[in-house]
Amino acid sequence: MARVVVEVMPKPEILDPQGKAVTGALARLGFEGMTVRQGKRFEIEVEGELDEQRLAQVRDAAERLLANTVIEAYDVRADDAPVVEAEPSLQPSTVGTLTEDVQQ
Amino acid sequence: MTAPVSPAPLVRAPGAPDASGVRIGVVTFPGSLDDQDAARAVRLSGAEAVPLWHASQSLDGVDAVILPGGFSYGDYLRAGAIARFSPLMGELITAARGGLPVLGICNGFQILCEAHLLPGALIRNDVRTFVCKDQRLRVESTDTVWTHDFLPGEEITIVLKNGEGGYVADTETVARLEGENQVVFRYLEGNPNGSVGDIAGITNERGNVVGLMPHPEHNVESLTGPSLDGRRFFSSVIGFVQTVR
Repeated sequence: MARVVVEVMPKPEILDPQGKAVTGALARLGFEGMTVRQGKRFEIEVEGELDEQRLAQVRDAAERLLANTVIEAYDVRADDAPVVEAEPSLQPSTVGTLTEDVQQ
Repeated sequence: MTAPVSPAPLVRAPGAPDASGVRIGVVTFPGSLDDQDAARAVRLSGAEAVPLWHASQSLDGVDAVILPGGFSYGDYLRAGAIARFSPLMGELITAARGGLPVLGICNGFQILCEAHLLPGALIRNDVRTFVCKDQRLRVESTDTVWTHDFLPGEEITIVLKNGEGGYVADTETVARLEGENQVVFRYLEGNPNGSVGDIAGITNERGNVVGLMPHPEHNVESLTGPSLDGRRFFSSVIGFVQTVR
């Protein structure tokens, strides 16, 4: 099982009211000099081998459904982090590792 | 889930034309809110309202279709993005390209844009709040099957209620819409949501598909609104259907 990450962002010329609201809230909290644009991240677990053909299918899915290319741009990439099944028994240390992987 | 039940028929509004035999479909998606109001407005206009279920693959031979307001599929992903791929929409896209009159109201407008039956997209209101008000509009084009009963340049009042009503399109598309008389309605007395060019509604090149954010189905009875301006959307399409028969 491989994971593909699709990130969708509003195009630069498109107004992002959500990002503006978050930017305003950060400023009120004292986080100065931070301007936010808000997008979406999709983590797609793909059965079988992740070859170029499979990646092309994910790009097609992003083009047709995950993003509206009138207003959004998307990026598709294979995620090297191992796919870990979510289990209630996850130890805090494991969760920490997962978080770091996500941030890479 | 089962298909929605059609309520008892209403007597048509006084003064409404005899539209018996004209059948106007109203689509219900999971999360549609204004399908019953739209069907009621159709019946008040003298036509038959035909409930259409999103999972059906048949348009039931209707003469026109209304995509109502609401939050189809919970607006998950993007407003209209998932509804656009429902089985009924597959049929509707083909029929609309063949000339079937289609009106998209609010969420219906968002669905038409996602389906590429109309250009552009709707994004969150620039004011970052849900807007609900009696909205003044100017009718910019009467050259559509849904607006030919209006006068060009006429100013009307239709209720506006949405969170994602900001119309956007690239500069080239907006120039084409303006140049080809495809802007159908424009906001007056202030832009409520940041729509480019104060655009409240547009049509396709053929004039059979119209989408707008305001809700004409709520402006058909004096008890519940300050104007009856919504009625002429329905009389327009009824007149069109009767003429082409």
